[in-house]
Amino acid sequence: MITWESFLETFETGSGFWNPLVWITAVVVAFLIVYIIRGYGKKDYKEKTGQTQAFLPGNPEYEKEQMHIKGSNVYWGFTESLKWVYKVLDKIHTGNPSDYVLWFVIIMGVLFVIVEVI
Amino acid sequence: MIYNLPFIAVVAMILIGLYAVLFKRNLVKMVIGISIIESGVNLFLITLGYRWWGENGGVAPIFTSAPSEAVKNAPESMVLPVPQALTLTSIVIGVAVLALMLSLVMHLYKHYGTLDIIKIRRMNEE
Amino acid sequence: MNWFELLTLHSPALIVAVPLLAAFLTPLISKINDIVRNLFVLIMLSITGLLVAILGYDVFTNGIRVYVFGGGVPLPSGMTLPVRIMFEVDAMSIFMIIITIVLAFISIIYSLSYLKNQDGLDKYYTIVLLLIASVFGMELTGDLFNFFVFLEISCITSCALIAFYIHKKESILAAFNYIVISSIGALFILFAIALLYGQYNALNMATLASSIEFTFFDKIALVLLITGLAMKAGLVPMHMWLPDAYGRAPASVTIILIGATMASFYALLRVSFTIYGNSLAVELNKVGNSSIKLNMILGTFVLVLAIITIIVGVLMALKQSNLKKMIAFAAIAEIGYMFLAVGSWLVALNDPNLAVAGFNALKGGIFHIINDVLDIGLLFLVAGAIYYATKETSLNMMGGLARNMKYTTVFFIIGLLAVSGMPPMNGFASKLLIYESTYLINPILAIVAVLCSILLLAVFVKVLHSAFLGPEIPDFKDVKEVPKSMLAAMGVIACVIIIFGLFPDMIVNNLVQPAAEALANNSNYITSVLGGGA
Repeated sequence: MITWESFLETFETGSGFWNPLVWITAVVVAFLIVYIIRGYGKKDYKEKTGQTQAFLPGNPEYEKEQMHIKGSNVYWGFTESLKWVYKVLDKIHTGNPSDYVLWFVIIMGVLFVIVEVI
Repeated sequence: MIYNLPFIAVVAMILIGLYAVLFKRNLVKMVIGISIIESGVNLFLITLGYRWWGENGGVAPIFTSAPSEAVKNAPESMVLPVPQALTLTSIVIGVAVLALMLSLVMHLYKHYGTLDIIKIRRMNEE
Repeated sequence: MNWFELLTLHSPALIVAVPLLAAFLTPLISKINDIVRNLFVLIMLSITGLLVAILGYDVFTNGIRVYVFGGGVPLPSGMTLPVRIMFEVDAMSIFMIIITIVLAFISIIYSLSYLKNQDGLDKYYTIVLLLIASVFGMELTGDLFNFFVFLEISCITSCALIAFYIHKKESILAAFNYIVISSIGALFILFAIALLYGQYNALNMATLASSIEFTFFDKIALVLLITGLAMKAGLVPMHMWLPDAYGRAPASVTIILIGATMASFYALLRVSFTIYGNSLAVELNKVGNSSIKLNMILGTFVLVLAIITIIVGVLMALKQSNLKKMIAFAAIAEIGYMFLAVGSWLVALNDPNLAVAGFNALKGGIFHIINDVLDIGLLFLVAGAIYYATKETSLNMMGGLARNMKYTTVFFIIGLLAVSGMPPMNGFASKLLIYESTYLINPILAIVAVLCSILLLAVFVKVLHSAFLGPEIPDFKDVKEVPKSMLAAMGVIACVIIIFGLFPDMIVNNLVQPAAEALANNSNYITSVLGGGA
């Protein structure tokens, strides 16, 4: 019923195909090529001096603990620019069960109208 | 027309129960509303099995205590026992759900000190 | 008949009966010792797993199996079928049961050490076993009122489990919301079942499917059933109980709750495709020269709501700071993907150009059920592990946990890649099917689906950055890795995710294709019960 060849077959959708084993092999081969090219780089540098640190122009750098961005502030730009959507969504998710049952009745009414009962 | 009266009562009970759940702020009133909806659905279930005893009607499906002319042309003269079994099951389930809801309301009152759903939400936001 | 055939014959009833018996014996056995109780629960679940494997092997080789409670003894009036309660197991039911037994096993193994220091554990195991038995019953049954009884059992037991942390006020509020909404949904479903019974004098799904004519009361029953079951499955805008309920329950309970939600989704498919299958082509209106059929109207409605579900789920998930609530919103978005697939199959039902695309969409949706359950389950288990180690639920207080909890980080990365549909995980295979087949129906659907997948990736990368990466926080300096049984549970799910991702074709051809064919064509379902010529 389940043969060994069926493990290696390609997954076909109606208009495309996907074979994860071929994909993994391609990624591994690409990785090896990148690694070989990396080996042609310069090998003489002094570790842990100014040669290996990133260059940050401008303000003095703080300690790492003070620079970590906490949870809610990570996507600040995204949530600020979509404030109008979030105002509506926050007002809908109130939390009392009466509003939840009200939405249930509204959807039931819409479906009644569509299926031409009413 | 009079035989349609239970069905009108069913729709009325369901609408009254939905009104109590949707528009009342007290938690216990919401629970009572759910209980009314459930009584309405049980009434609908038991009305489905009704056949008027008389000409072409039915008696309860118990052999030993039925009148003799009903026993003679059994089982056509007896109503089906299935809707009655469904209603009994539904009543028992309703009792269990009601007990659970009321115990949760008791715990909520112990934690928040009020039974008003809007005040509870406001206390939860801070 | 040797013992193996006897076991196969009675296995549908035993799959429900063994957890039920174990649930009633657990309070007695837990008076002896804790370890004996844990062993007893594990042994009973293993027996159930063995029965599931036997039944699955039988259904996949021999076809539909019907189990009649009360044997085949005819009544005095000569009636043999379909008065009694029947369990009817076809390929779609076996698919859902395999999902449920895997989830139940993982949850019990996880809760062996997650809830080790809590008290009241004997009641916990009793109620969990009852919930597992009721979910099995929902997926095996072939009778509508039996389904309603199991639905109510699952509603009551899961409400008791959501309120597990009684000392916290938010869990009790979440449980109260859950039970109000569940009981109203279940009561409307009972109303619809009573309407169908009053017209056709039958509660059996196969009998109803063969004798249904689409009258006025059938329309009301269809609307009530679809709305009630969609509310229990989490379709927007009736989804709002989901984040509170999933977020406040302990992590090992949330996994089984996901299984119960998927059982409601399975019931929605069963009602609309098997019971109303023959009347999906009923013509409802005529616009000019072309007729509008029922499947087009229902399909468009489900598609619109599914798109709104995906968008609302992802947008709300981006803003949360509570970790479990965020994963619950992502679960809502994934349920939207399943509804998207089902809706596009409904729209493409009678159109000869889109028939192949529609069937591929149905296959994608069904494959996505098992993928989504595994991925979201793994994420919830990781959230539980974080709560166990640090006693924090808010993302604002966490940071730098990857130094001490290495295995948990690896499992979280696997879950992250799988949920957002990245190759080579299993989420990519099912989402690829959904993207490519819904694109042929309408391009906007596929565009929205792909965009929201990318936003899901953004959501979980945020969690990875805030909770695991970053500098070391002095409060969490001596956080240890979680105990071994929790790691074992997460490891099993991660292995299954990788295996499903590496060999998608084998899984689709052997598990998903029979299930999709059984749903699309209800004639097999009817003729197994009613004999030939239905």
